Amino acid sequence: MTDHNTNTTLFLERRSYRRRRLMDALRLLPIVGLLLWLFPVFWPNAKDGPDAPASVSMSGAVTYVFLVWGVLILSALALWWGLSKRAGEGTEPPEQGR
Amino acid sequence: MISVNQLVAVSLVYVAFLFAIAFFAERASVRGRSGWLRSPLVYTLSLSIYCTAWTFYGAVGYAARSGMEFVTIYLGPSLVMIGWWWVLRKLVRIGRAQRATSVADLISARYGKSNLLAIVVTLMAVVGVTPYIALQLQSVTLSVSIFSDPVQTDGLSQSTATFWVACGLAIFTVLFGTRNLNANERHDGVVIAIAVEAVVKLIALLAVGIFVVWGIAGGIGPMLERIDSSPIGEWSMDRSRWVALTALSAAAFLALPRMFQVMVVENDDERHLQIASWAFPLYLMLMSLFVVPIAVIGLDILPPGSNPDLFVLTVPLAEGQGGLATLSFLGGFSSATSMVIVATLALSTMVSNHIVMPIWLSTQAEGAQVSGDVRNVVILARRASILLIIFFGYLYYRLSGGGAALAAIGLISFVGVAQFLPAMLGGIFWRGATRWGALAGLVVGFTVWVFCSLLPSFGPDAVLSASVFDNGIAGMGWLRPQALFGVEGIDPTVHAIVWSITLNMVAFLGVSIVTFPQPLERLQGAQFVNVFDHSAQARGWDAAPATSEDLMVMAQRILGPDDALALFRAEAQRQGVTGHLPEPTQGFLQALERELAGSVGSATAHAMISQLVGGASVSVEDLMAVADESAQILEYSNRLEAKSAELSRTARKLREANEKLTALSVQKDAFLGQISHELRTPMTSIRSFSEILRDTDELEQSEKTKYASIIHGETIRLTRLLDDLLDLSVLENGQVSLNLDTGNLNDVIGQAVLSAGGDRSTRLTVRHEQAGVDRPLTTDLDRLRQVFINLITNAQKYCDAPEPELRIDVMDRGDGLQVVFHDNGTPIPSEARSLIFEKFSRINDKDGSGAGLGLAICREIMARLGGDITHEPRADGNAFVVHLPVRAALAAQ
Repeated sequence: MTDHNTNTTLFLERRSYRRRRLMDALRLLPIVGLLLWLFPVFWPNAKDGPDAPASVSMSGAVTYVFLVWGVLILSALALWWGLSKRAGEGTEPPEQGR
Repeated sequence: MISVNQLVAVSLVYVAFLFAIAFFAERASVRGRSGWLRSPLVYTLSLSIYCTAWTFYGAVGYAARSGMEFVTIYLGPSLVMIGWWWVLRKLVRIGRAQRATSVADLISARYGKSNLLAIVVTLMAVVGVTPYIALQLQSVTLSVSIFSDPVQTDGLSQSTATFWVACGLAIFTVLFGTRNLNANERHDGVVIAIAVEAVVKLIALLAVGIFVVWGIAGGIGPMLERIDSSPIGEWSMDRSRWVALTALSAAAFLALPRMFQVMVVENDDERHLQIASWAFPLYLMLMSLFVVPIAVIGLDILPPGSNPDLFVLTVPLAEGQGGLATLSFLGGFSSATSMVIVATLALSTMVSNHIVMPIWLSTQAEGAQVSGDVRNVVILARRASILLIIFFGYLYYRLSGGGAALAAIGLISFVGVAQFLPAMLGGIFWRGATRWGALAGLVVGFTVWVFCSLLPSFGPDAVLSASVFDNGIAGMGWLRPQALFGVEGIDPTVHAIVWSITLNMVAFLGVSIVTFPQPLERLQGAQFVNVFDHSAQARGWDAAPATSEDLMVMAQRILGPDDALALFRAEAQRQGVTGHLPEPTQGFLQALERELAGSVGSATAHAMISQLVGGASVSVEDLMAVADESAQILEYSNRLEAKSAELSRTARKLREANEKLTALSVQKDAFLGQISHELRTPMTSIRSFSEILRDTDELEQSEKTKYASIIHGETIRLTRLLDDLLDLSVLENGQVSLNLDTGNLNDVIGQAVLSAGGDRSTRLTVRHEQAGVDRPLTTDLDRLRQVFINLITNAQKYCDAPEPELRIDVMDRGDGLQVVFHDNGTPIPSEARSLIFEKFSRINDKDGSGAGLGLAICREIMARLGGDITHEPRADGNAFVVHLPVRAALAAQ
């Protein structure tokens, strides 16, 4: 629908540009989280057999999973804070090519 | 050691406390002071019913058996919440826009308000959630049994305990959840009680965790060392389970009926979702933080063979921490009760809205118009549904023997409800999804789940015989419940997830592609998928044959007399109608349907309104609008363009008309000025000479005669002027009647020359070549002659050549005749040419005898005769050309 809109602007004001990039980060965050949490799949596994390299210790695994968790929560918190501070901006027409 | 009796007393006090909180919350809500009840914090805490007793007890047991795998159950929902922008935002918006009361309501509304679909989803939800409720019963029973005297823990007392726990939960839920009928108005009391329970279970688990880490292990460092040296101290993970369970928990988080209830139905403000996007993952993280330490310590200090599912209770007890154990028990109790309350509430709403109410309505002969308050029926249906669902849970618990590990039961339930996901997500993101596609996907996925996950959970030879496990149904090897299509060696849970979801999606997509949706379905589909573009409902009802009284009666029975009256009165006021009955406009019917949908579900509300109104209309315009918004916009802009073109055309015409009017007004003023001047001149001389005749006594006879003849002459001039004016006005108004006659053109010219020269002899020589064209013609000969005379006298008056001469030629032009009056006087200056045919225009009028009307009259006469008169400047004088149309010429032949 917005493709028909002749009011689309090519460039945005700096502040709404920032808001849009924050929205991009917000959309990207779960994907980053998914990749980070899928990473343990590549760790050596105790079930792989005796020839496999030494597997990761449980304390390391726990630390990794909860570290990722903490980073994701803080990122989400920061994004929420940043976006609610900029609420109401970026109401001008959408960028072209969207 | 705390006795069971003390425990029961603590529990009762706790429940009474919850009741009090719920009661005051509802009181505050009624008084309109519910701001704090609707805060993002309460919303986030209410989401925590995701963490049931399965989390509270089961996660530790899970960790003790399978290490870190337990955490996948919380990673999925964390990702969904962090990625709220992708799915939840849309889901919540749609749920609010459509006033969805449950998952079944949402799916049925999306696929054309199909009640069949709603029934299927409801049944699936009941079957899928029942094991989960059994799980809560089991965990509460187990936790009570820990505190009970070992001598009394025989099988009988345990099953009795389960029965009483089930009864308690049922009463609790009925009292909490069905105090009033307002699924759409949300349950303030329930939500606040759940929030309190969320805090209790978090504090309980954190307290146990902190006691374990700092009280037993002696800090974080020693704790990590103990973890590494424990039996689960090595990373040992079935990789397929890690991926599949993360995905499954994410799917279940979206599709669980109780999650839909708190996340969408009870949502008050979409912004709360943004705060919950980080707050809820934080809650989940805190709930999972001490699971591994508790499991490790439990494995370490408790005797082998202890049930790891109860480490949360048994570790504090073993350390002699009775108070901590009681807190922990309350935490587990909170987890179980909150889950059961919300889950059964959500399910009972589905059952009463989609199964009981349609059946009850169809058994009533008068349908929706039956008198009496339907609300009692709805509440009764909900209470019965609650009791039935908890009874099913109890039955499942008794049948399964209560022996299976908690986590396994929970996963079975998750796979069951995850079957809703393709129909749900497909419905809100894909407009091509159809009712039959959704139905096919649900039925296929559900069947695979029952066969691969639910029935095998009872164990070999319980429902499915061992031979079916080994050889498949009727010996068909590709129909083994844990090795479908002969694919062996997969973990049974992963096997069930992969096959059920895959086949579900294949059926959903395939059938959707080959079937064609109904109009209402397409309309709803467009509204769901494009919910951010237009939240308003575009579908309308037919011009309603329903009267407002009928609607009022129906609304009163569902919403209650006061609410219904308020609704109708507000609408009547909005419409500006006196009294309390508004006109049943389309907008009002839609609003009423949404209002009813909040109480009885969209499919039932739709059916009830249809009964009164006689069917929803999906107009061609609606469909066109849905089929292609861009076409709609294009059409609209085309219409706008046409309108603006029309407007500018009208404006131009108006401008032209205005200019013409102004010019006419100027012309009229000029005409009046001219005419008064023309009349005044002879009048002045007549008055002066008549005064001389009257007042001067000694006048010569010759003078008298002279003055009288001047007066006579002026009178004649005046008469001529008035005649001309009269003539002109008659001609201009088109009132003249033509006396058609046939004659010879040359004769007419000859007569004219004679008449013009007959009056007084002039110096003008008129040459008329009779030898030219000689044709008879039919026209008004007298008028034509008048024109010729005018032209000849003009030449006599104005030709200033020393030897004035007028040549009259007649020419045949094919399309008519031309009579050219060619004199040898001074050519008329070019700037005056355009004016000579206007009234009162006189060029170099030497004696002022002419009124300037002659040529104007000529032009009018020629126009009447269908011809024309023009002036053509010639090098040696002026030529007036009279065009006679061919009709006039030919008519005589």
